[in-house]
Amino acid sequence: MAKKITQKVKTPMPLVDPDVRRHSFGEVATGYSVELARQEASRCIECKNMPCVAGCPVEIDIPTFVRQVASGDFDGAFQTLSAKNLLPAVCGRVCPQEDQCEKLCTLGVRFEPVAIGRLERFVADYASACHLPVTCLSPTSHVTGTGRKVAIVGSGPAGLTAAADLAKLGHSVTIFEALHKPGGVLMYGIPEFRLPKTIVESEIDKLTGLGVDIKTNHVIGRMFTIDELFNELGFDALFIGTGAGLPHFPSIPGVNLIGVYSANEYLTRSNLMKAYRFPEHDTPIVRGKNVAVIGGGNTAMDSVRTALRLGAEHAYLIYRRSRDEMPARAEEVEHAEEEGVEIVLLAAPTELLGNEKSRVRAMRCVRMALGEPDASGRRSPVPIAGSEFELEVDTVVFAVGQGANPLIRSTTPDLPVTKWGYIVADPATGATQKPGVFAGGDIVTGGATVISAMGAGRRAARAIDAYLHRLPARGHVAADVFIST
Amino acid sequence: MPRILAKETLAPDVVRFWIDAPAIARKRRPGQFVIIRTDETGERIPLTIADADPAHGAISLIVQAVGKSTHKLNRLEPGDTILDVAGPLGQPTRIEPGMRVCCIGGGIGTAVVYPIAKGVRAAGGSVAGIIGARTRDLIILEREMSAVADPCLVTTDDGSYGRKGLVTEALRMLLGEGYGFDEVVAVGPLPMMQAVCSVTRPLGLKTIVSLNPIMVDGTGMCGGCRVTIGGEQKFVCVDGPEFDGHQVDFAEVAARLRAYREDEAAAMDRYRAEIASA
Repeated sequence: MAKKITQKVKTPMPLVDPDVRRHSFGEVATGYSVELARQEASRCIECKNMPCVAGCPVEIDIPTFVRQVASGDFDGAFQTLSAKNLLPAVCGRVCPQEDQCEKLCTLGVRFEPVAIGRLERFVADYASACHLPVTCLSPTSHVTGTGRKVAIVGSGPAGLTAAADLAKLGHSVTIFEALHKPGGVLMYGIPEFRLPKTIVESEIDKLTGLGVDIKTNHVIGRMFTIDELFNELGFDALFIGTGAGLPHFPSIPGVNLIGVYSANEYLTRSNLMKAYRFPEHDTPIVRGKNVAVIGGGNTAMDSVRTALRLGAEHAYLIYRRSRDEMPARAEEVEHAEEEGVEIVLLAAPTELLGNEKSRVRAMRCVRMALGEPDASGRRSPVPIAGSEFELEVDTVVFAVGQGANPLIRSTTPDLPVTKWGYIVADPATGATQKPGVFAGGDIVTGGATVISAMGAGRRAARAIDAYLHRLPARGHVAADVFIST
Repeated sequence: MPRILAKETLAPDVVRFWIDAPAIARKRRPGQFVIIRTDETGERIPLTIADADPAHGAISLIVQAVGKSTHKLNRLEPGDTILDVAGPLGQPTRIEPGMRVCCIGGGIGTAVVYPIAKGVRAAGGSVAGIIGARTRDLIILEREMSAVADPCLVTTDDGSYGRKGLVTEALRMLLGEGYGFDEVVAVGPLPMMQAVCSVTRPLGLKTIVSLNPIMVDGTGMCGGCRVTIGGEQKFVCVDGPEFDGHQVDFAEVAARLRAYREDEAAAMDRYRAEIASA
């Protein structure tokens, strides 16, 4: 019997008032209460074909966990989530659910879909507040150690997921992280107001609880090459999830003026180095009064909202196409506008102008019109002659994508890469053409999402496990080589 | 956590540390650097690896205290640990067997040039050394450079030690005496490197300089260390730190180094007050 729909729209997410939050690095969305969560979960019509599951890159049993929330069994819901997702507090916050599980929700055909992401976050936060143990990760559920060693290069979403899955399968897992803190983009990229760092840290603690060894300050490609990880350190297989590469800057005059940043640098200074707390923290950042962020993705949104919180009077988002083509999540764009971000569509910078101290003082832009669809299927922007205008700015942040990092490919000549430098890997397994080497996440696909990187990590873990089982039995145990700085 | 094994003052505000870092000591090559962080609120600061002792698993760093971060570092003592040490980073110096190199170090730059000179010698090459500073107290590594360079000239701006004058005058002298070099490596303050380049450019004498811009991650991710080399954008952390000096846009490097000057001064004043009240 069909369930009667009494609430056609999602239960709204409680948010901090825009006038308060635009000056604060505190989290914007405060999360559902127990009552709101149960109310939202009960909107699920428990359809038979459960299309939402197919929309989840890490295959969470969504109908079960939603039903458990509706019935108030939050512990059960947490165990259901954790069976497939080690980072539910992260995914509940940053996954683009509207393009994944929620997009396929049966309820969403006629009304708004069930707010699966918000429920995931609620369950994760509830579990964390109540210190619920993850039973599927408890030591008793560990399979016997296989004696196989796997190295994970990079501790972002792809690497963390692969590490967890492999550890659960009984392999000995070591993560090598180049920076001083694990988490990759979750730590350096996504701002505190969208993803509090204490949440990332507590999710990563679960991994160390599983026996995963995390080595920070280990720059693979420099300290050890891929071949050295096999031959000298005795690893049997490895997963490369090194993520973001070299940031792109447009070929226009003035990009090296002071006050001009890549989004990677701007966000790393603020998030990882806590420059927003300068001088208590030593790393400085330019606190611009008039900040322009170039780009239309989530990284651009994170940057422009960071600019507001660093005290900008005007925070402009300059995007060369129209709102329809913006790759950022609609929710992020909405939050940014509520906070006072000024969005300038169909415009692109042509030149940055500096003052006598080489600091950026203005940006010359040109208006765009949309032309024919390009290779991406989106209508491509075409400059309108004579439409140039100038914007007074003292900080410019480019969030216009990035290329591949060269550190591993330049020291691993037999690892095939695309002409853009991304590692060639089978999308189904992450297998590269170098035996025992698997890869996934942004270093394979170019810039994508946290959850797609996690999905790649999961698929690779499965393939690595199969690979390790096919390996001939080891004649000797490799000497425990000292790994340390 | 990497432990400080030894510490020695080389000049006022200039300290040499030996640090326990076996993997880096084994792997590093001349020209490479590490990024360190002294404490939880600290900056990531790039420092050239001045020397390494793989047998004892140690690297040496020579640090001039100029701002808060380097002052904090230089207050550490043997037995203390450094929170984070990541490396080796950057491209090693390109050293060809048997090459003839003039290695010029200005001030703290001698700490960068010395491992290169040592590497050239180890590869069967010959090194002429010139080390310069404003005044006698600021000359560092004279003994070490003399061990790998012949001749090894010392210059001081005020004539308090060695020859009075600039390193460029010593370079001109060597060239005038008929010394032939396959290349010059010059590391020091930007005006010094620029001056060396202006001596060698008309002679078509290849000149390598090592750049030390502001960096954050040191792995190519942030682009903060970007410089313009022969009109092209390069990232010092992954493409450098050494570049063809004749191609470097020095004015841009200098301007970008001043990006946080006021913040740095304020942080230093605050730090001094903290130390004074402690």
